Amino acid sequence: MTLLAFPGLVGRRCLALLAALGHATLFFVDLLRHLPGALRRPYLCIVQVHAIGNRSLSIIGASGAAVGLVLALQGYMTLSRYGQSDSLGLLVAVALVRELGPVLTALLFAGRAGTSLTAEIGLMKSGEQLAAMEMMAVDPRVRVLAPRFVAGIFCMPVLGAIFSVVGILAAYVIGVLMIGLDPGQFWSQMQDGVDVVKDVGNGVVKTVVFGVAATFIALYIGYESQATPEGVALATTRTVVVSSLVVLFLDFILTALMFTAP
Amino acid sequence: MSKKQTETLVGGFVLLGLLAILFLALKAANLASFSFDSTYTLQARFDEIGGLKVQAPVKSAGVTVGRIASITFDNKTFQALVTLQIDQHYQFPTDTSAKILTAGLLGDRYLGLEAGGDDKNLKPGDTIKMVQSAIVLESLISSFLYNKAAESPKDAGAKK
Repeated sequence: MTLLAFPGLVGRRCLALLAALGHATLFFVDLLRHLPGALRRPYLCIVQVHAIGNRSLSIIGASGAAVGLVLALQGYMTLSRYGQSDSLGLLVAVALVRELGPVLTALLFAGRAGTSLTAEIGLMKSGEQLAAMEMMAVDPRVRVLAPRFVAGIFCMPVLGAIFSVVGILAAYVIGVLMIGLDPGQFWSQMQDGVDVVKDVGNGVVKTVVFGVAATFIALYIGYESQATPEGVALATTRTVVVSSLVVLFLDFILTALMFTAP
Repeated sequence: MSKKQTETLVGGFVLLGLLAILFLALKAANLASFSFDSTYTLQARFDEIGGLKVQAPVKSAGVTVGRIASITFDNKTFQALVTLQIDQHYQFPTDTSAKILTAGLLGDRYLGLEAGGDDKNLKPGDTIKMVQSAIVLESLISSFLYNKAAESPKDAGAKK
């Protein structure tokens, strides 16, 4: 490849990226348009909530417990240097509810539920199931895509809350039961320092936004994947990478909007 | 998987999520979390509470006997009105004194009760008469500097 051809390559790649972005936006708007149709078929959504939410419970629960345990240990080590080890509950709760809960849940969700969505849609497309549905005058976007979108948006706040709660309880086990901190201080400092609207509420808003982003990206990449086994495999890895990056970027924007004083 | 089974599992999942959000909301809100069965209320007025928070412990001889229920500002006397909830098992004499102390050197504030010697006990709703406000570090430092500044010209005059 000659040196002169390189700017052309970069330009073509940028234009392709812009085209993909535009296509994705149109896909998103189309998906929103078909949401009411999916909501009118609640059983489809319930089946998807089971596939996305229930099946993710084990990894979310285990990860929440692990993160809570580690936060408690590391937090205690640092806080005890300044004699503030009673604030461990506050530290763990604020860290989990505001940041770690939504972000880690979204990353795990993208890894587990996102890849399963992408693979499922990709395989449906490669097996020509979506085309067959269209032949029968059944809109695949209403029957296949939109229920998964609804389920993803619904499951994320639930999983995020479960992650935060399991983390706080695990930190309680380490801090109070094993290290021997005062349980009253543990809970009272937490209750004093964590605001229902500003912290818990903002955390829930974050999980909803991440749910929309991760589910949409999984569905889009699955729908646009090449109808071959290699194409589906490539699509699943792309889902994880793109979802993770978008979630982290959105987290930065949301944190700047929510938690910095004007 | 049958339709009934799926719906039951999803219902369980939703219930778990609701309980989690409820736990977070209640734990973050200021609901009483201690397991005292019955408590009675006492009041105390302070000139300066210095960072004492609601739900902070009330300790006597270092043992937690209650919690701070509420802190309000009395606009007539310009003092802070602190309401305490003490465990029913512990009764204090009427000449008990209340001090705002710090846990550790830079820790959180708590209320310390020192029992007096009176025969009669405080009844629910009574006000603790003898109080000592919180010690604010900035006031201490400024009064120290002021005393130092007042001393030096006096010493200089005495030396001459």
